[in-house]
Amino acid sequence: MKIRIKFSKGGSMKFIGHLDTMRYFQKAMRRADIDIAYSTGFSPHQIMSFAAPLGVGITSEGEYLDIEVHSTRSTEASLSALNAAMVEGFTVKDYRRLKDDSKTAMSIVSCADYTLTFREGYACPLSPEALREGLHAFYEVPAEIPVIKKTKKSEKTIDLKQLLYDFQVLEDEGDEVHPKFYLKLSTGSLDNLKPEFLMEHFYRFLGLDLKDFTFQVHRLDVYTGDKRNGFLSLNDMGTVIV
Amino acid sequence: MSKPALNDEILLTIDQPARYIGGELNMVKKDPKAVDIRFAMCFPDVYEIGMSHLGIQILYDMFNRREDVYCERVYSPWPDLHSVLKKQNIPLFALESQQPVRDFDFLGITVQYEMCYTNILQILDLSHIPLHAKERGEDDPIVIGGGPCTYNPEPIAEFFDLFYIGEGEVRYDALFSLYKICREEGQKREEFLRQAAHIPGIYVPSMYEVAYHADGTLKSFMPKYADVPARVEKQIVVEPDEAPYPARPLVPFIKATQDRVVLELQRGCIRGCRFCQAGMIYRPTREKTAERLKEYAKEMLKSTGHEEISLSSLSSSDYTQLEEIVNFLIENFHGKGVNISLPSLRIDAFSLDVMGKVQDIKKSSLTFAPEAGSQRMRDVINKGLTKELILEGAGAAFAGGWQKVKLYFMLGLPTETKEDMRAIAELANDIAVRYYEIPKDARNGKCQITISTSFFVPKPFTPLQWATMHTAEEYIEKARIVNDAVKAQLNRKSLKYNWHEADVTVLEGVLARGDRRVSAVIERAYEKGAIFDAWSEYFRNELWMEAFAETNVDIGFYTLRPRALDELFPWDFIDAGVTKDFLKREWETACAQKVTPNCRMQCAGCGAKKYGGGVCHENQD
Ligand code: SF4
Repeated sequence: MKIRIKFSKGGSMKFIGHLDTMRYFQKAMRRADIDIAYSTGFSPHQIMSFAAPLGVGITSEGEYLDIEVHSTRSTEASLSALNAAMVEGFTVKDYRRLKDDSKTAMSIVSCADYTLTFREGYACPLSPEALREGLHAFYEVPAEIPVIKKTKKSEKTIDLKQLLYDFQVLEDEGDEVHPKFYLKLSTGSLDNLKPEFLMEHFYRFLGLDLKDFTFQVHRLDVYTGDKRNGFLSLNDMGTVIV
Repeated sequence: MSKPALNDEILLTIDQPARYIGGELNMVKKDPKAVDIRFAMCFPDVYEIGMSHLGIQILYDMFNRREDVYCERVYSPWPDLHSVLKKQNIPLFALESQQPVRDFDFLGITVQYEMCYTNILQILDLSHIPLHAKERGEDDPIVIGGGPCTYNPEPIAEFFDLFYIGEGEVRYDALFSLYKICREEGQKREEFLRQAAHIPGIYVPSMYEVAYHADGTLKSFMPKYADVPARVEKQIVVEPDEAPYPARPLVPFIKATQDRVVLELQRGCIRGCRFCQAGMIYRPTREKTAERLKEYAKEMLKSTGHEEISLSSLSSSDYTQLEEIVNFLIENFHGKGVNISLPSLRIDAFSLDVMGKVQDIKKSSLTFAPEAGSQRMRDVINKGLTKELILEGAGAAFAGGWQKVKLYFMLGLPTETKEDMRAIAELANDIAVRYYEIPKDARNGKCQITISTSFFVPKPFTPLQWATMHTAEEYIEKARIVNDAVKAQLNRKSLKYNWHEADVTVLEGVLARGDRRVSAVIERAYEKGAIFDAWSEYFRNELWMEAFAETNVDIGFYTLRPRALDELFPWDFIDAGVTKDFLKREWETACAQKVTPNCRMQCAGCGAKKYGGGVCHENQD
């Protein structure tokens, strides 16, 4: 039986890397008595895969991992067992059953959305209005946004317009003006676009220099699907177990 | 969640930020303002090593059971963070509250090996605590040391306010109560220390005076005040079943060296190998019952979610209920996603059978630690393993499908000759011969025999504490002799030889049997940048050599000088259970190449019987 688990990662836990997060969840499965299936062989391991690795330093409220189990309790009971096994900073938000023939989350991820806030000690260089104007000129007006992407081996030109599905300036409530950005970007093994990479180009377009650590990146959710047919949150592919 | 002491820029730039943020599973959370005593527990090495140490987990759990104490953890910042803390003048902090260590009541440092001495200074330095105890004021934490190296605390005595000699479970409650009373009564640091010296097992270096003979040897070691005891007695848990044990150990996010549940079978060892400090200072051998261990195993696997459990003790094969506990683990956990990792057991039918069940024979290797190549040399060190036993064990293992063997030896043992060195290679060759006696069609290609040698360092409270050491060049020459002998063996293609660095050995020798004058060298070496000396990539011998020269401390005095049988040693004021008379007897028996039976065969009258428990009193009621 296939299960998809949604969790959030916040606070200091953003410093826990992807591999260590995996190890953390393997141990959590045992503590929560999840009847997880193991691979065969001399040193069996749990059948578990993560949707899209989260970089160190990024927080998230929409992370996913798929597991295979022999039997399961209800969504509600499993959630409370798993949350009893969590440390502060990790919260399990959903536990749903997938169809038996579902592909792993990893293979179907197509996009993710994020908010980017200015980290403590880093000021926003422009007013929200000016940012919106800039964003309009950078993103909405042009038909394509060609940029060069360097990898270890090669350089290629990619079109940001094709990989960026939404880009907005938002403002936090409160007395002071705290602009932040909302981004929806292509994610996955094929056309992976990092929020920082996009912001670098946006800043460059504005004639500004983007300093390291300017933004605290926060992932909101991870989706499958495409622009034409619409995106579907990975969570919505599962059904609640009663 | 406590806000990290380090900002995002630092944490995202250094290696392994998870070392410094705390928040691990089973971490204890308390309000620091709501407790009377804040205790920072430190293992002066990198997080991954420190988190693997069972002793800290035990004390962390035990201290935090007290409502009035909050025990937090500190490890050595890796050199990358070290420079950041120095440059930005950020005080070292404890993981739980992320608050500066210098605001704590106690800083407890466990001293597990000599090569961490500069890391102790790093901890004090980064915490902004004066390095010398005598320079500390009323607001500085009380710095207390414990662990095996404190059986000769003298080389680091200047840096500590107190030492706790023995097993931590016994006297900390008394120390904490005294601390609270002294504070309520508004007594000064000095007064607290003076009274702490009355607690059994507590050694307060500043309360003792040391005098030397003209030749540099120790003349006297005396308390400064009449009420301060002349001897400090090691404290031990007499009934290990009743000692507190952490049912919910901490589980790090990053992979620690010990990423598993550790089940401590027993303390102490019955064998009496004459080079082994642990075998002497942890006497008498005290076992836990299998029943208790079974409970712990279940509880700890459940509370941690670890996928592996391992047995821990100095000599697990001597644990009388070994079969029962091993069978229990296999029956209950094997095949359920929990690996069972066995310590190096004596190779016999039982151990081969269980290893065959829980390990992949093709990948795993057998380990033998004959420690010396010749029978004569093994008799000197009282290592009861004979060539026949090794060959028999290896033969049985080969028949069972194993083909990899690891052999551990020491070079530089007292009375060692070239024949003894060559015997190492010959023994390895004989094992290979045994393998090739198996018919070709019944064996699986070649065997691989790995020989490793380390250089022997005499340790306090061992029968070999009188032994002289050698120069680094002489050590390397010994390794060369073994290497040549390995090359000359018939089965040399199946043998591989590794040896250790010699510089570290010499230094470890000075630190192990040093006196108070050695502290100047350690401090100078630290000032020059020595840190993480236990890590070969950071060890810089030249800094130490300069430090010796600049402080006028002669290495040879500590390593090459023969010690007279009646010499007063810097550590003689400690009563470690084993008496000096016993150690002398054993040293003389060693020189006469005679063995001493183990504690279960025949009591050697070492002195540890006075504790009233363990092997000394087995089958006696
Ligand atoms: S007193 Fe005897 S039995 Fe007890 S530890 Fe010493 S030698 Fe062994």
